[in-house]
Amino acid sequence: MNKKKLILAATGLNNTDNPGPGIPVIRSIKESGKYDLRVIGLAYETLEPGIYMHDLVDKVYQVPYPSEGSSALMERIAYIREREKIDVLIPNFDAELFSFMKAEKKLEELGIRTFLPTLQQLEERHKSNLDAFGRKYGVNVPKSKSLTSLAEIPKLRNEFDYPIMVKGKFYDAYVAYNEEQVQMHFNKISAKWGLPVIIQEFVRGTEVNVIALGDGKGNTIGAVPMRKQYITDKGKAWGGITLENPDMLALTDKIIRGTKWRGGMELELIRTPENKLYVIEINPRIPAWVYLAVGAGQNLPVALVELALGNAVKPFESYEVGKIFVRYSWDMIIDLKDFEAISMKGEI
Amino acid sequence: MIRLKKNIAISDTGFVFDPSTGESFNVNETGMQMISFLKEGKTPEEITALITQEYNIDPLSFEKYFQDFMEMLKQFNLLTEKKEV
Repeated sequence: MNKKKLILAATGLNNTDNPGPGIPVIRSIKESGKYDLRVIGLAYETLEPGIYMHDLVDKVYQVPYPSEGSSALMERIAYIREREKIDVLIPNFDAELFSFMKAEKKLEELGIRTFLPTLQQLEERHKSNLDAFGRKYGVNVPKSKSLTSLAEIPKLRNEFDYPIMVKGKFYDAYVAYNEEQVQMHFNKISAKWGLPVIIQEFVRGTEVNVIALGDGKGNTIGAVPMRKQYITDKGKAWGGITLENPDMLALTDKIIRGTKWRGGMELELIRTPENKLYVIEINPRIPAWVYLAVGAGQNLPVALVELALGNAVKPFESYEVGKIFVRYSWDMIIDLKDFEAISMKGEI
Repeated sequence: MIRLKKNIAISDTGFVFDPSTGESFNVNETGMQMISFLKEGKTPEEITALITQEYNIDPLSFEKYFQDFMEMLKQFNLLTEKKEV
């Protein structure tokens, strides 16, 4: 039987110590063997390792940073579309999601399908809106507050007990034990990710995570809970294990049902010593550890592609508990001409 | 009644795995036996009788070690107070 032809575009080729999900997403789809696949990588920087992984990525185009706006991005996508008949595009960065969501209609006109959360879903799960999210959907969340200036820091002591978490609107999270540390983290985070900077109550417990996929109608297509076993100094999982945890799955179902979540998501949770689960973040995309879910029996990237193509997808019913992933680093040797091509022509 | 959590897995090498937390532990042969007895739902009295029959230890000394062991299992969140069906 002939395999279905699929041209897939994906961002997040930064398979570094702070990895983007692009490469594991591509790997999951490629290894499924379901498609006659051509992969188009979309890269922001010239040293994203995925650019040079020619066994996984067939062609790479550099795209403008999200800060340049949706129209610059769409102009580039239109250029790429003239050369590659992209069927499905999977954005893998939080920071670019807004631009791709806004451009969803235009992408559709170009014949490019996505399967993204709605703007409302993206907005209401935002770290700065987590309090309201918790109240609306009946889930435990840490108390949080958005800061837009250093002047607000001294007042925090009236509302929070130290330590507190200081977080960027897209990435980065630090524990602060006093005002000075909040100031330091505020400056660092706002310089990198802009404002607001989010202050969150520090919830003591074990961090656990769930990867999930919602069909946009309130159904959970798949969900796999995981605990990080090895965490890098950037707080990223370098090893993790799948869990049997009905409470985590019930919470995931509740959130997906309540929000009618569309697309991939990662729930970052804290399990307190009393076994209470707090939602500390909802990432509106597939996480970089997605390949663990695939290894445990749920190929969520393939399910996402099928949903994007408008096909019916049967929910996964199980996964293997106790499956472990361990990341590793690997040195690739790159020819100067490849680096030159991406640096000078913006494609390779 | 305090019991071992129902889903705790133990292999014949003494590798103990709690699938709900992802934590794993190593126990020696005696620990392995005690966990297996707990899994079978045996009471502390029954476990004391079985161990003191097999090893050269008096019940009073064993009870002390057993209490310590149970305390450790509790600390590692491997016990539950619920009666599991």
